[in-house]
Amino acid sequence: MSHDMSEDKLPEPHGSAGEVADHGNPFADPGLPAHEPRRTDIDERAAKRAERQVSLMFVISMIATIGFIASYVAIDPDRIVYIFPLGHVSALNFALGLTLGVALFMIGAGAVHWARTLMSDVEMPSERHPIEASDEVRNDVIEQFKTGAAESGFGRRKMIRNTLIGSMALVPLSGVVLLRDLGPLPEKKLQETGWREATPAKPLALVNMSTMQPMKPEDLVVGSLTFAMPEGLTTHDEDFQQRIAKDALMLVRIAPEDIKDDKSKDLGFEGILAYSKICTHVGCPISLYEQQTHHALCPCHQSTFDLADGARVIFGPAGHPLPQLKITTDDKGNLVATGDFEKPVGPSFWERAR
Amino acid sequence: MKKLSARRRHPLAALVVLLLALAATGGLYAAFAPADKAQADVAAQSLAIDEGKRLFAVGCSSCHGINGQGSSEGPSLVGVGSAAVDFQVGTGRMPAQQPGAQVPRKPKIYTQGEIDQLAAYISSLGPGPIAPKPEQYNSTNPDDISKGGELFRTNCAQCHNFAGQGGALTKGKYAPSLEGVDAKHIYEAMQTGPQNMPSFPDSTMPEEQKKQIVAFVRHTTNDEPNPGGLTLGSLGPVTEGLFGWIFGLGTLIAVAIWVAAHTTKAKKS
Repeated sequence: MSHDMSEDKLPEPHGSAGEVADHGNPFADPGLPAHEPRRTDIDERAAKRAERQVSLMFVISMIATIGFIASYVAIDPDRIVYIFPLGHVSALNFALGLTLGVALFMIGAGAVHWARTLMSDVEMPSERHPIEASDEVRNDVIEQFKTGAAESGFGRRKMIRNTLIGSMALVPLSGVVLLRDLGPLPEKKLQETGWREATPAKPLALVNMSTMQPMKPEDLVVGSLTFAMPEGLTTHDEDFQQRIAKDALMLVRIAPEDIKDDKSKDLGFEGILAYSKICTHVGCPISLYEQQTHHALCPCHQSTFDLADGARVIFGPAGHPLPQLKITTDDKGNLVATGDFEKPVGPSFWERAR
Repeated sequence: MKKLSARRRHPLAALVVLLLALAATGGLYAAFAPADKAQADVAAQSLAIDEGKRLFAVGCSSCHGINGQGSSEGPSLVGVGSAAVDFQVGTGRMPAQQPGAQVPRKPKIYTQGEIDQLAAYISSLGPGPIAPKPEQYNSTNPDDISKGGELFRTNCAQCHNFAGQGGALTKGKYAPSLEGVDAKHIYEAMQTGPQNMPSFPDSTMPEEQKKQIVAFVRHTTNDEPNPGGLTLGSLGPVTEGLFGWIFGLGTLIAVAIWVAAHTTKAKKS
């Protein structure tokens, strides 16, 4: 660019303006350096060129926007193309992203170039001043406050003062009462799951979530992992997601001699243990089961439970063991539950018994 | 004899001779022909078992015991079945290089023929899951892929990631990536539950469902295009965020520095 510009248009080099004036005081204010003009300030051709460049960027942005609309209309959403280094990607997504990106970038780039080359860049200092008000103003305000306090009788008429304080304290209560409208009370919903419908007289079968069939104990081999839900629940149910979030079971079979917790062994059936799949920390589904160590790991916060020891927490933030469901077999030999979990499933809550 | 030869012209003599001849032929056939075939099968099988036993003694017995009964270094192989051998040796995990949290996948050392011999020997120790045939795991049917996806997300994705990329477990253990793993080995892993992976036996996950899962895994790790562009390992928000912070913000910072480094002033200072 510099060769376009004649030397005589350059300003005189400024000499003493930026130098320290008082050599005796090394901390003296050096003042502002002199303003230096830009090429576009002193060369009309350079200014014209910058103007064309800014306009060109805005025009490219316009073309890109038209390209965006055109790709939206023209490209088949199912079309897959190979683009290095992205691999096989959707042609439509790529075109939309590219054109929108160019359109937005060019507006920004044009604006920056405009500001840098053509808008005024003369420095304009704005001196700071003290924040504190003057003594005169302060005294006046204090005087007004005292007059107001005396005229209202706030300090003298104590009954008015006290009732005012009382009314102000009570007003927020209306907001607290309205919180009741947030929804029905949870009642016992946090304490119980869909398994509560199981009774010793009318047990609920455990349904394998892969085959959607009940299971027999001999189907589950030592070291296997199976996911189960209560009989009667289907994936098409309207409330399936709410219910499976509490009813989901993971069934593991551990060699009975490896089970360290006697109560857990009794709740199971011949080494088959049915644990809640919901982590007791914040309720993530937890089923990263290691069949040799019998550890189940929660992927969210790494809480680790020892399923061979009553799902004791051996690592991580979970506060309670995973609840275990008591299982047995019915007269057809299928695995069934005869009641709900003894402890509430999922994360802790206020009224949860220890 | 005389009695017999005297009746050789009896009208029924021809019939008797015919019956005798037929009975003799049939009897001889029954006595020899199938026995030959069975003997050949048994011979081939016992040859494979013998060869397998020899290979086992050299390559495996130092950890698994001279008769596969196991030791402090390695588990018993009685009843693990041919599927477990085919998986462990076929993916190069066995023979293991060194003890550790988990035995990694590596290039296999034995040929498929030798693996089959080892498998024959181990199967002879006790019944176990049998290595599958190609028709049990080869499917490119879109129906299978779609159903396999559902099953994969229910049973497998918690450890192996929704796209089969694998993930971390506790204390240095991990669920390996399923990318580039043979369909047969994915099937066998579900049957046998290698290392810390739980097993998914045919009784809780029927063969048909295993085939569907294999079809999904093969599809999603090999063929499936990614409409969004770079997958960044399909690891989710962590890598995506890291990419955004480093390359997205990095590009913006580089542009800002480039802009600031180029003065518009007429005189360079």
